[in-house]
Amino acid sequence: MASHTMTESEEPTRRDFLFIASGAFAAVGGAAALWPLIDQMNPDASSKALASLEVDLRPVREGQAITVMWRGKPVFIRNRTGEEIEAARAVDLNDLPDPIARNANLPEDAPATDENRARDKAHERWLVVIGICTHLGCIPKGQRVGDARGDYGGWFCPCHGSHYDTAGRIRKGPAPRNLDVPPYQFVSDTKIKIG
Amino acid sequence: MAHESTYQPNTAIERWLDDRLPIVRIMHDQFQTFPTPRNLNYWWTFGGILTFCLAVQLITGIVLAMHYIPSDKLAFDSVEHIMRDVNWGWLLRYTHAVGASMFFFAAYVHMFRGLYYGSYKAPREILWILGVLIILVMIATAFMGYSLVWGQMSFWAVTVITNLFSSLDSIISGLGTAIVQWIWGGYSVSGATLTRLFSLHYLFPFVIAGLVVLHIWALHVPGNNNPTGIEVKSSSDAIPFHPYYTVKDAYALALFAMLFAWFVFYAPNYLGHPDNYIPANPLQTPPHIVPEWYFLPFYAILRAIPSKLMGVTAMFAAIFVLFLAPWLDTSKVRSTKYRPIYKWFFWLFVITCLALGYLGAKPPEGWYLVFARVFTFLYFAHFLIIMPIVGVIERPRGMPGSITEAVLGRGRTGGGAGAEAGGAAAAGPETR
Repeated sequence: MASHTMTESEEPTRRDFLFIASGAFAAVGGAAALWPLIDQMNPDASSKALASLEVDLRPVREGQAITVMWRGKPVFIRNRTGEEIEAARAVDLNDLPDPIARNANLPEDAPATDENRARDKAHERWLVVIGICTHLGCIPKGQRVGDARGDYGGWFCPCHGSHYDTAGRIRKGPAPRNLDVPPYQFVSDTKIKIG
Repeated sequence: MAHESTYQPNTAIERWLDDRLPIVRIMHDQFQTFPTPRNLNYWWTFGGILTFCLAVQLITGIVLAMHYIPSDKLAFDSVEHIMRDVNWGWLLRYTHAVGASMFFFAAYVHMFRGLYYGSYKAPREILWILGVLIILVMIATAFMGYSLVWGQMSFWAVTVITNLFSSLDSIISGLGTAIVQWIWGGYSVSGATLTRLFSLHYLFPFVIAGLVVLHIWALHVPGNNNPTGIEVKSSSDAIPFHPYYTVKDAYALALFAMLFAWFVFYAPNYLGHPDNYIPANPLQTPPHIVPEWYFLPFYAILRAIPSKLMGVTAMFAAIFVLFLAPWLDTSKVRSTKYRPIYKWFFWLFVITCLALGYLGAKPPEGWYLVFARVFTFLYFAHFLIIMPIVGVIERPRGMPGSITEAVLGRGRTGGGAGAEAGGAAAAGPETR
């Protein structure tokens, strides 16, 4: 083939066209056939169907916390005391390792103030966060009475030593992000719908 | 090593087969008359031991899969069912579980052997790279197999390790989370995760078997390295693989099997973690998540680095740096036996790996963390600083002229017709 003259190789032939067309067809077909094999591993319809959950908040007294399961993950719901809210508000945003609110109900770049970690002004004592350490996915301690709550009174992850404050924000340790606030809304004053 | 085929088909049927599929000829030439250096020591028996380990894991694993149920509801109970109800189930499962530890023990010895005697150097780079690929697939297979028990350690090891990929979120937002959910098949580690881990745990050992075939093929092109690092030059340097090394390998294998059996019968749970006898609970993290012993050095590296992404990168780099060893080592001499300076660094590296293993089992705080960082630095320094520099500045010891001379002393050398294959390749190591 190398001995072909320039004039011949400059002009694309019918064979060149067929070669490229069939190659492209095989590549696209191969990729299309591969996609179902890859996508079958993504969350299926039955796990997506468990997307929302209603929780009655009436039994949760001030200072208490409950854990509910949503999409297979624990969600921490804490009825915070006045002091806990005060402590969270007194923090300078510049002292936070992660200054973003991580609240699915707010814009992505909302700052991590205590107000932005709660749902709204009327329900500021309720803190709802996904109870999974943002480091490597352990369940932090601090939900039960007598649990270690870490240096900042919120939660403490025993796996690699991450400390979260009373607004669920990372303060110390290897975790990169604040505990995520899931999408939720108050259906009534005493009931929330997560998801 | 390319050598003249000595296979003689004696019967008509052997000749008939040999003309069509010369499989008997290949077995005869590669595993019977294959010329092997006469001076291989017992560190060279671990190749055969590893083949045995792979066979044990495949056979016990296939049998266990006949009784195991890969479902988040039934997995834990089916393992107990194997232990209590299945005939010989306790033996099969303990052999498989202890077998994983023995497999890694033998693989690590085999790797240190290769590092000490320079078996990764030209012309054996591909052989070495295939070996590193095998250990990578072994790590993945062992990790997935451990998850199948679906105890607390299984569940949380999967959670922690799959979450490593979420560190990619700090490069492209959402990418890590998407990958992790794809691996999980849900929004958390669940039954969907277990079934795919089971499927891949069954597949990967056969991938290892394929890589082992390539590994042996790549070994049989240049032939074995040996304790002197000098290539085989004459026929007096080599002896046929059978019976000399089949017997030596069999003897070492028998000793290894005694150690194996001691663990299986007297301490089957010694190398495991008791928390894995608690069924998986997604709502409660065990106080200390510790991997199996053979992953501890890598776990120590992961935790030594304060940034999540960098920690994950360093852990994977600890394996990938091995791929580069043939090019990072600048010394012309293969065997550490003739390298007075590097010898010290080799043993420092062994201590580094053992220390990281110890620290991987300790909580990452206080002095433990400080030492984990020091040894993580030493681990990478060995490959990236020591290997290139020592090879240049070091003055190697005088080396024997040939393998025969190394074994029998001067004056008895040169039994054959001078340089055979590999003479040119050995030019480097011969320099005195």
